[in-house]
Amino acid sequence: MVLAERSIWVFIEQEYGVIEESSLEVLSKAREITDKSGGLVTGILLGWNIRDKARELGRYGAHKVIVVEDKILETYLSEPYADIVGWLIEERKPDYFLASATRNGRDLAGRLAVRFKTGLQAHVIELDINEDGLLVGHVPGFGGNIVAVVKNIKGKPQMATVAIGVFTPKKLWSEAEVEVVDYKVEVERLNMRIIERVKREVVDISKSKRVVVAGMGTGGDLELVRKLSETIAADIGVTRPLADIGVAPRDIQIGSTGVSLNADLAIIVGASGAPHFVSGIRNVKTVISINKDPEAPIKEFSDYYIIGDLFEILPRLIEKLKR
Amino acid sequence: MPLRNIIVTLKITPKPEEIRFDPVTKTIDRAKATNEINPADKNALEMALQLREKYGGRVITVSMGPPVWEPLIKLAVAMGADDAILISDRALAGSDTLPTSLTLARAIAKIGDYDIILSGEESSDGGTGQVPPGIGEWLRIPHVTYVSAIEIIEEGRARIKRTIKGGYEILEVKMPFIASVELGCNTPRFPDFRRKRWAEREFKLKVWTIADLELAPEEVGFKGSATTVVELRELKPPERLKRVISGDPDKLAEELAEIIRSIIK
Ligand SMILES: Cc1cc2nc3c(=O)[nH]c(=O)nc-3n(C[C@H](O)[C@H](O)[C@H](O)COP(=O)(O)OP(=O)(O)OC[C@H]3O[C@@H](n4cnc5c(N)ncnc54)[C@H](O)[C@@H]3O)c2cc1C
Ligand SMILES: Nc1ncnc2c1ncn2[C@@H]1O[C@H](COP(=O)(O)O)[C@@H](O)[C@H]1O
Repeated sequence: MVLAERSIWVFIEQEYGVIEESSLEVLSKAREITDKSGGLVTGILLGWNIRDKARELGRYGAHKVIVVEDKILETYLSEPYADIVGWLIEERKPDYFLASATRNGRDLAGRLAVRFKTGLQAHVIELDINEDGLLVGHVPGFGGNIVAVVKNIKGKPQMATVAIGVFTPKKLWSEAEVEVVDYKVEVERLNMRIIERVKREVVDISKSKRVVVAGMGTGGDLELVRKLSETIAADIGVTRPLADIGVAPRDIQIGSTGVSLNADLAIIVGASGAPHFVSGIRNVKTVISINKDPEAPIKEFSDYYIIGDLFEILPRLIEKLKR
Repeated sequence: MPLRNIIVTLKITPKPEEIRFDPVTKTIDRAKATNEINPADKNALEMALQLREKYGGRVITVSMGPPVWEPLIKLAVAMGADDAILISDRALAGSDTLPTSLTLARAIAKIGDYDIILSGEESSDGGTGQVPPGIGEWLRIPHVTYVSAIEIIEEGRARIKRTIKGGYEILEVKMPFIASVELGCNTPRFPDFRRKRWAEREFKLKVWTIADLELAPEEVGFKGSATTVVELRELKPPERLKRVISGDPDKLAEELAEIIRSIIK
């Protein structure tokens, strides 16, 4: 029997009916906590024509899923999402509320925490509930080098957003109980609407085995990096400034405000190794970097530190690897 | 009609690479770190200045922090802000995002007459990104996060570009609203030299206390916070070989090719 006295809600993000993988990571973590210390995990799923997806969330740890459907909820929009989730929280008073620390998860949680005057921990990399029932999480700061152990002391639900890619979705043999809740969004009363969306397919480089990473030392010219990546069947990643200037999409940007790599090999060319960047290469098995500065900070984070001009080394390297 | 006030929340942060962690006292040593305007807030300020150039209005910065922030806030004035406010009070020490967003929201309400509030997407030290949506909630106005462009389309409405996974979306939002501005979405201008001198010598920064905002000490600081930091830890970088290879590019490439081959085999 599962004890029902404690309820953890997990916001399940979706877009056009496709569930965001990192929501499943949070769901599994929540289930791990309730399996240990009791309680129920409820997934909160807002979307359109989405109820079919609810039951299978049981496989990732949800005991129950609350579904709200409306055409306007097809993709995330802060106002109706905050209003509906806020209304559900008010009605049912869960003890904890977790979301993945995606852009949308942070957007929603930041608003709701103030609505309920409650504590919200940001992008935690570790999470538990202590003997007193208080949420304790590890919050990385300063680009990820320092971690604050943070405890919620006030407010209900106790809230946290969970860092992406830290926990693994686990598969169980169970289905979730599904409750579809009626809610009519008064679209004409909203202060915002989406008028256009432009999206392309995203390569999830957090799962890539090999990655060639370009930094500003490339001057924004990714030609050689592309050739090297093709030669060794690797994916491409970039440092943030390259995404800022628009030569690469944000989705392949590595670091605290981007993706964390889990690759066997990362070859990093022309990146200095700023704190916000290196937090994204912690879990790489072998790091090779090429830098013309003999003492760039990235040296400390490299297994092999090659001193030289990438424009001289890469063409030769590619040729030699091809042979 | 010109825009009404454009308010920018401006935080001063230490450069992350200059932060040291003291393993004995388990505290962060910021003393040796250079302070700067939080990078994303600089982008927010630049966006505000561009909006003013196009649509009119006054750009006012608001910061909650210690008096030592003053020179850097004046730098924002030198960049072009019309006015700047610092909320400084001992009672504010230890504020988490709940009282921080409350205090900033109160100050914004006191300034009043605003159409647009701009924040940074996140601060480079705390990095929660929670403060802007929080301000939106306290003020009961819409919020949009990760914004890279804003255009006014008609009286009272703006068109906003927001970064999403895999691309972007365009929203139409009623003013007033708060937007958190994406780091690096524009190139912040350099301070004007003459304006800089004026800001340093003549500009008077307005300093408000919590009493000026009709906030009680229990509502802010440690007491008003809903979270508490139990302990700080250093996340040590993983052990790396740190083998340095240098020399002739041909030989370098040869050696590197060998290393790569042995790994990807
Ligand atoms: C809140 C916040 C969040 C951030 N989040 C991220 C993040 O998630 N990811 C991220 O990457 N950054 C992030 N940043 C930015 C970060 O602080 C650095 O500015 C950034 O990582 C630097 O990128 P870079 O190493 O490519 O460029 P630079 O620091 O300019 O380094 C370029 C390097 O290339 C070398 N070089 C130049 N020419 C050559 C050549 N011909 N051959 C070989 N080497 C050469 C130089 O020696 C130098 O070391 C964030 C910043 C803030 C404030
Ligand atoms: N103490 C502060 N004073 C002024 N603005 C702040 C303060 N704290 C946060 N902000 C604003 O909120 C944004 C996000 O901060 P954070 O939620 O701390 O990551 C920052 O980029 C600032 O624009």
